[in-house]
Amino acid sequence: MAFYIARRLLAAIPVLFGLTVIVFLIMAMIPGDPATAILGSYATPENVARLNAQLGLDKSLLQQYFIWIGNLFHGDLGRSYTLNRPVLDEVLERFSATLTLAGTSLVLCSIFGLLAGIVSAVRQYGWADKIITFVVLIGISTPSFWLGLLLILAFAVKLRLFPASGMFAIYGGGDLPDLLRHLVLPALSLSVVATGVIARLTRTAMLEVLRQDYIRTARAKGLSERKVIYKHAFKAALVSVVPVIGIQAGFVIGGAVYIETVFQWPGIGSMLVTAISTRDLLLVQGGVLVVAAAYVLFNLVADVVQTMLDPRLR
Amino acid sequence: MTDAPANAPAKAPPKSARPGTLALLLNNSLATVGLIVLAVICLVALATPLLPLADPDATAPADRLLPVFSDGHLLGTDHLGRDLLSRLLWGTRVSLAVGVSATLIAAFFGSLFGLVAGYAGGRTDTVIMRGIDMVMAFPYILLALAIVAVLGPGLLNALYAIALVNIPFFARNIRGITSGLARREFVDAARLSGKSPVQILFIEILPNVLPVIVITMSTTVGWMILETAGLSFLGLGAQPPQADLGSMLGEGRKILFTAPHVSIIPGLMIFVLVMSINLFGDGVRDVLDPRLRAGSLSRPVARTAVAREKAEIPPPSGVPAVLDLKGLRTEFRIGSSVYKAVGGVDLHVRQGECLGVVGESGSGKSVTAMSVMGLVPTPPGKIAGGAAYLEGEDLFSAGDGRIRHLRGGAVAYVFQDPLSTLHPLFTVGDQLKEAIKAHQPLSRAKLKEKALKLLSLVRIPNPRERLAAYPHELSGGMRQRVCIAMALANDAKLLIADEPTTALDVTVQAQVLTLMNGLRRERNAAILFITHDFGVVSAICDRVAVMYAGRIVETGTTSEILENPRHPYTARLIECVPVLGEPERRLDAIEGRPPVVNNLPEGCAFADRCPRVRPECRSGELELKFSAPERGVRCLYPLGEEGAA
Repeated sequence: MAFYIARRLLAAIPVLFGLTVIVFLIMAMIPGDPATAILGSYATPENVARLNAQLGLDKSLLQQYFIWIGNLFHGDLGRSYTLNRPVLDEVLERFSATLTLAGTSLVLCSIFGLLAGIVSAVRQYGWADKIITFVVLIGISTPSFWLGLLLILAFAVKLRLFPASGMFAIYGGGDLPDLLRHLVLPALSLSVVATGVIARLTRTAMLEVLRQDYIRTARAKGLSERKVIYKHAFKAALVSVVPVIGIQAGFVIGGAVYIETVFQWPGIGSMLVTAISTRDLLLVQGGVLVVAAAYVLFNLVADVVQTMLDPRLR
Repeated sequence: MTDAPANAPAKAPPKSARPGTLALLLNNSLATVGLIVLAVICLVALATPLLPLADPDATAPADRLLPVFSDGHLLGTDHLGRDLLSRLLWGTRVSLAVGVSATLIAAFFGSLFGLVAGYAGGRTDTVIMRGIDMVMAFPYILLALAIVAVLGPGLLNALYAIALVNIPFFARNIRGITSGLARREFVDAARLSGKSPVQILFIEILPNVLPVIVITMSTTVGWMILETAGLSFLGLGAQPPQADLGSMLGEGRKILFTAPHVSIIPGLMIFVLVMSINLFGDGVRDVLDPRLRAGSLSRPVARTAVAREKAEIPPPSGVPAVLDLKGLRTEFRIGSSVYKAVGGVDLHVRQGECLGVVGESGSGKSVTAMSVMGLVPTPPGKIAGGAAYLEGEDLFSAGDGRIRHLRGGAVAYVFQDPLSTLHPLFTVGDQLKEAIKAHQPLSRAKLKEKALKLLSLVRIPNPRERLAAYPHELSGGMRQRVCIAMALANDAKLLIADEPTTALDVTVQAQVLTLMNGLRRERNAAILFITHDFGVVSAICDRVAVMYAGRIVETGTTSEILENPRHPYTARLIECVPVLGEPERRLDAIEGRPPVVNNLPEGCAFADRCPRVRPECRSGELELKFSAPERGVRCLYPLGEEGAA
C-alpha cells in the first residue's frame, strides 16, 4: 500500500508540472502589456521599458517560465500590486478559509449524498425514492448563488438564526462556535449540487451492485438485510462512488467562487474575482495554481482511498 | 447466473411489450412537464421582440424598486426603475442563446477531438487525450475564471470560457464510442474501398456517434446555462447595459435586503429553465437506456415474493424427505408478458441422498433451486404456486426471520461461478467467518479456528495464509472450495449446488465432485445438484430429474435414466455426452432451441424438436406418468414402449 501511494505521488508530479505550464501560458497569453496595466496609460515609454525589464518580461517565454518556476520553488509567486504583499502569503491565507468552507461542504455532500443514494436504491420506486429523486433533481438544477441569497433572506434576514456574511463576527467573534455559525449557510449552499450528484451516482451504483451474484451469496449465507446492504453492497458501491467524490471536490472548490462572493467569505474564490476585475494577474496566477494543485491532491486521495477499498486495484 | 430464465426474455424480446420511444417519453409525466415548460420558455424567448413589453433598458427613477404586481409593471421594477418582466424575458433570451451557443461550440470541438483521437488511435490519440486530461485536472469553474481573466470580462468571453471547459466531456464520450466503431467491419470495408480517413470519419462514423453527441449536449446544456449565469453573476460575463439572467441576479444582490424580488425573480427563471432541461434530459436518457427498459436495473428484494392462493397449497407428499417440492411454480413478469420459468415441479430429496436436476439453459432448474430459499430476484420473479417443505415445514409461509435463519443454516447453497459469487472486496477468511457467525455466536478466536478447520476440510493447502487472501488471488478451484467450505459452515441438512463445477476445468471438476461426495457420506446431508452435464450426474447423483421448459419430463435413479432413458429429450441429452468428464459438452447439439416460457405450446413442450413427434403430442395436458414410485416420464410415446401405443 505504501508503495502504491508513493507511486501515485510520483505520477502526480508531471501533472503538477503540466499545471504550472498551463497556468504560465494562460497568463503569458494575456493581451496587452502588464507594465502599462500597472503603470497606467499615462506612463512614459522609458518607465514601461524599465518595469518590463524589472519584471523580466523582456526575456524569452521559455526563460521567463524557468525564472518563474525557479521562484516558485523558493515559495516566491511574486507580489500583488493591489495588495502590496507577497502573493503566496495572501493565497495561503485565503486558501485556508476556502478549505474550511469547501472541506465542510465536501463532508456534508458525501454524507448526505451517500445516505440519500442508499435510501433511494433500497426503496427503489417507493415513495422515499421518488421524493429523493425529485429533490435531487431540484438540487442539481438550483443555481448555488441564488440558493445562497434565498438562505440569507430566510435564515439571516427573516429568522435571524445565522449571520449573512463573513467568516467571523467582527466584534467578539473568532472562536469555533462563531466560525460554525458563520459556516452553516455558505456550506449548505455550496454542498447542495454536489450532494445531488453523489446521491444520483450512489443510487445507480447500489442498484448495480445489488444485482451481483455475491449479494445473492450474502443472502444465501443467512445474513441480515442490514448487513447485506450496508456492509456487502455499500462497500462495493463505494468503490465507484469515491472517484466521483474526488471530482466533486473540484466542483465544490470551484463553486466556492460564487458562494464566497455571496457570503463575503474571505476565501480564494472571492479573492480571484476581485483580482480578475482589478487585473492583478500575479494574484490570479498564484490563486489558480494553488487551487489546481489542491485539486490534483484531492483526486490523488480519492484514488488512494479507492485502492484501499478494492484489493483488485493494488 | 447459471440458468438463463431471467435472461431468456432478452433473447426473444416480445414486440408488443416494447412501446415506442416517444410513447415512453410521454408516459414519463415529469419529462413531459419538463418538455412543455422548456417549449414555453423557448417560445416566449423567441417571441420577446414581438411582445408588447416596455423597453428593458428604459430607466425611470421615479418608479424605482416597485414591488411585484405593480400597475403597469407585473414583476415590479429594479433600482433604476426598469421593468423587470421585460428585462427578465430579454435576459432569458440572452441566457438561452449563450448557453446553447456554448453547448454547440463545446460539442463541435469536443466531438472533433473525440472523433480524431478515437479514429486515429496511437500517438495522436495519446497526445489529444493527455491534453484533455490536463484541462480536466483543473477544477471546472476555476479554469473558466482563468480564461475570463485572460480574455477580460464580457459575455462573449464568458461564453468561450464555458465552452472551452466543457470540451473534455464531449471529447471523452465521443472518443470512447469512436474507437469502438473504428474497429468495426463497415469501417474496414470503407477503408478498403479507398475512402480517405476524412471521408470515413464524416460519412461512416459521424452518423453513428451523432446520438451520443446529442445526448451529451442535452445533459450539459443545463450546466452551461448555469455556469454562464454564474460568471455574469460575478460580474465577469454580461456587462451593462447588456443583461442576462446572471447579471440581473448579480445586480439585484446589491439591494437584496430592500428589494429581494429583483434578485429572486431572475434566479427563479434560471432554476425553472435548468430544471425543465434536466427533467426532459433525464426522461430522454431513461427512455434510451436499454437497461431501464428491460427492467434490469431494478433492485431484487431480500426474498422472492410469494403470491399463491391459500386454498391451492398442496400438502406434502408423505415421503420422508428433507426437501419436498410440490407443484412449484415460479414466474417472471417482464413488461406485459409472464415467463413461467418453473411450471409445476414436484421433487423430493431424502437424507444422505443426492438428486440431480438436469436440463439445458433456460429449463428452469436453477430457478427451481433458487425458489427453495426465496433467492429468485423479485422483481421480476415471484413464486406463483405450489409449496416447498423442509422436513415438513412449509417454507413459503415461513416468516422472513425464519427463512434467514434457515439460509446458510439448515439449507446451504453453492453457486456456479465462484469468482462472481464471492465478494471481491472481503478476504476469504472474513467471508467464511461471516458465514459461521451468522448462525453461531462464537468468539473471534473460535471463529478463526473453525474457519481454518473448514478450509482444511475442503483440502485447501496452507489454510492459515489463505484466510487473508482475496478471492481474485485464488484459482477457480480454490475459490469453489471456499464456497463449499462456506456452505458446510453450519452443518446444513440440505446442500443446494447450482452447477458448482461448470466454471471449473476438468481435473478440478473431478476433485470438487469427489470432495462433495465424500462430505455427503460423512455428514449424511441431502444434496440437490443442478447441472446440465450427465457426466457429472453419473459421478455423484443417486437419482435424477430431467427438466425441460420449466417441468420435469423424466425422473428415476441415475442408473435407470442413464441405461434406459424413456423420454426422447433425456435420450438426446445423454447422447450429447460423448466422453464422460469432457468439458464443453455441446448441449446445443440438439437441433432447435427450447421454447420461450412465456408462450408455451399446448401439449408436449418438446414436440417441436422431438424426432418421434406425433399429432397427439400437440394437444392436451401431459401427465408425468409413474411406472414405479420414483420412476416417471412425461411422454405419450416413451422410448422402449414402441408397441404399447
